[in-house]
Amino acid sequence: MKILTGNDLKSGAVVWWDGTGWSIYVNEAVDVGERAGEILAREQSARRVNAAYAIEASRDANGVRPAHIKDRVRALGPTVRPDLTLKPADPEVGNWVI
Amino acid sequence: MADAGINGIGGTSPDEVQFRFRDDEPVDHGTVTVDSFLDQSNASAVRIEPGDDARALLPHLGRLRLVEVNFPVFSDGRGYSAARVLREAEYAGELRAVGDVLIDQLALLRRCGFDAFAPDQRLNEVDAVAAFARWENVYQHAADRRRPIPELRHG
Amino acid sequence: MYLYDQYDQAMVDARVEEFRDQTRRRLEGKLSEDQFKPLRLMNGLYLQLHAYMLRVAIPYGTLNSRQMHMLADIGNKYDRGYGHFTTRQNIQYNWIKLEEAPDLLADLASVEMHAIQTSGNCIRNISSDHFAGAAADELVDPRPYAELLRQWSSFHPEFSFLPRKFKIAVIASDTDRAAMKLHDIGIQIVERDGALGAAFYVGGGMGRTPMVAPCIREFVPLDQLVPYAEACLRVYNRYGRRDNKYKARIKILVHELGKEEYARQVEEEFAHLLSQGIEPPLAELERIKPFFADPEFEFGLPTGIDRSDPDFALWVDRNAVPHKAPGYVSAVISLKPVGGIPGDASAAQMHEMAELTKQYSFDECRVTHTQNIVLPHVKIADLHALWTRLDAAGLANPNIDTIEDIIACPGLDYCSLANARSIPVAQKISQRFSANGRTAELGELKLKISGCINACGHHHAGHIGILGVDKKGVENYQLLLGGSEAQDTSLARITGPGFDEPGIVDAVETVTDVYLRERDAGERFLDTYRRIGMEPFKEALYG
Ligand code: HEM
Ligand code: SF4
Repeated sequence: MKILTGNDLKSGAVVWWDGTGWSIYVNEAVDVGERAGEILAREQSARRVNAAYAIEASRDANGVRPAHIKDRVRALGPTVRPDLTLKPADPEVGNWVI
Repeated sequence: MADAGINGIGGTSPDEVQFRFRDDEPVDHGTVTVDSFLDQSNASAVRIEPGDDARALLPHLGRLRLVEVNFPVFSDGRGYSAARVLREAEYAGELRAVGDVLIDQLALLRRCGFDAFAPDQRLNEVDAVAAFARWENVYQHAADRRRPIPELRHG
Repeated sequence: MYLYDQYDQAMVDARVEEFRDQTRRRLEGKLSEDQFKPLRLMNGLYLQLHAYMLRVAIPYGTLNSRQMHMLADIGNKYDRGYGHFTTRQNIQYNWIKLEEAPDLLADLASVEMHAIQTSGNCIRNISSDHFAGAAADELVDPRPYAELLRQWSSFHPEFSFLPRKFKIAVIASDTDRAAMKLHDIGIQIVERDGALGAAFYVGGGMGRTPMVAPCIREFVPLDQLVPYAEACLRVYNRYGRRDNKYKARIKILVHELGKEEYARQVEEEFAHLLSQGIEPPLAELERIKPFFADPEFEFGLPTGIDRSDPDFALWVDRNAVPHKAPGYVSAVISLKPVGGIPGDASAAQMHEMAELTKQYSFDECRVTHTQNIVLPHVKIADLHALWTRLDAAGLANPNIDTIEDIIACPGLDYCSLANARSIPVAQKISQRFSANGRTAELGELKLKISGCINACGHHHAGHIGILGVDKKGVENYQLLLGGSEAQDTSLARITGPGFDEPGIVDAVETVTDVYLRERDAGERFLDTYRRIGMEPFKEALYG
């Protein structure tokens, strides 16, 4: 599937296109198919997102998994600081990115 | 900006100049490339592209009234050196920054000796005026001949 | 240390207001991201993997306690309670909000700090020797010259849009503690016939094409430092490549023109600039110098150390460095706990380091390019009390210049350009060597890790270097041997095929085994490598 990601203009937070807006949870990302360019242009010019781009991803039992390790790190947070990731309770959470 | 025509005349017209810090009449015709300028004996207005060496013009400063320095992209800073080189050689004619000239480059360009600005896209007047006035003092010598801070400190 | 006068303060304050205005225009949509990006970069604000990242300049690495407290406060107020000290004597915060960045910069300005020119294709923060003013072997304190150049390079009208970033380091001793020859310009203050002057090394750098800077002029009189530097930059601005950003650094220009031709053009421009009267008055240098005068060292201090506590004695042996004044040492605070993140410090640790700076080191501390902190002037008699406080704050790691004192860039955990993570590799190596007890036996061993070819972690200059690469979407690590960034500067060479993460940790252990087997008495790892060459190491790794 093809999903969209970028950063919130004001806060810089990593966000994912969920079909109506931008979510911080990668699992809420939706497949945009051929509409990537159109959505990106519209959302960026309205400054609802910054530095956005389309990526490949897949969906498995655990949710949405970006194809590239860099976007998996973005989706999670720094693997060396589990406490600052989106799953702070799990010290092994970093293994998800590998 | 008009492209160079058959006889090499091109560049911006006085109407496209948004800010000008001179009292003399602007040159009312276009500019020629550095190569055609060096070939012609009578041209008085020239356009410098980023790859041109401004030092080639130094023997001919006497007949120059307008030098236009083109910034195709603002991030290519060669034009800043070109401007200073001309001013250091005491070129006194108009020095016009053209192309991708943005608000936040105005103060730096001005310090390098530019006294006319013809941006591709007109700039917000209020923001531009604030930008020109931003720095009350400066740290180093440049073409504007302002006394820099290290000198002000010592009377 | 240097204190701002009203002029310096006004410049920094004006810059904060300019950035506030630029940020407003960006948030209102008057500036596109393409237009805003170079402006925010020139104020040290990047967009990284998780948020905006801010890099704060620490000119020549010197801080007072007030400034260190502020760095801690900023960590708490605008970030997530910590900061990362970098190899260029800066600090980076990883979780900054754009809308708060102008207020953050205003807070910094209130303690005479800023983030100006910590990024972008301009002259960056000027680095120096972290033992300046304390080292027994220095000719003079190099920092007045660094400060003179800091002012000259700030908001330089001609050199704000160079072909590429530009980094300057200034030292004043034959021992190089600032990787001077790996900078775009390295300056060494030298003496000739009783007069001081500057030797200029131009065209060094790391990145994808590492080069050691050649000396292009052995002596520039001190009152001509600025015009000479200006000439070096003007020639670069004119001819540096702009068609390919990987070939845009000055090292490529100097290499392609040849150092003689580059130097000739600089001389020509220099002669011209001397006629322009652009040099700052010598009185300015004289004004700056007293800011860096020695603090009032006491005389007749005791020099003995009670070594009855072995942990303390080990820390003294590893982390205390001889000082020019009897009865004093420079104490290095290691930010490299075993299994920790090299260079990271929590806000609480920064507050504590600020207190210690005030109490034990004449209100002055330094950031080192090895991502540690130095208290430059500590009484030997105070060492035990200092160590006790450091230990309580988790800051008494006794490992300076050992294999546990690893330099590591942020890598793929934070950096958008990374190919692989650097920090976990550093963590595993320090754990491995702490567990196998070899750290002491290995002695001085500089290990440096970068997460990609940009070499922010100085891997080219490591006795052992590690470079993260991308192997079909999987993290992979190349091993390099034989680099040095000291006065014997050399560039490390790649051993051969790369390793996965567990493999690279094993490989480091393997090469240290070869060293322990092959070394002659008194040899460091680097000396043995230079004597026996790459083959025995390759044999052990791949044989
Ligand atoms: C996380 C954000 C960072 C980014 C995006 C970044 C980017 C870069 C890039 C692109 C280069 C290569 C420049 C070139 O070869 O032209 C570079 C070089 C360098 N960076 Fe970073 N860097 C980052 C963080 C750091 C950190 C944390 C440090 C210190 C630990 C650092 C210190 C250096 C040094 C020393 C160099 C080598 C300079 C040279 O090539 O001569 N950078 N950086
Ligand atoms: S070396 Fe590469 S991965 Fe490491 S900080 Fe620099 S750019 Fe990022």
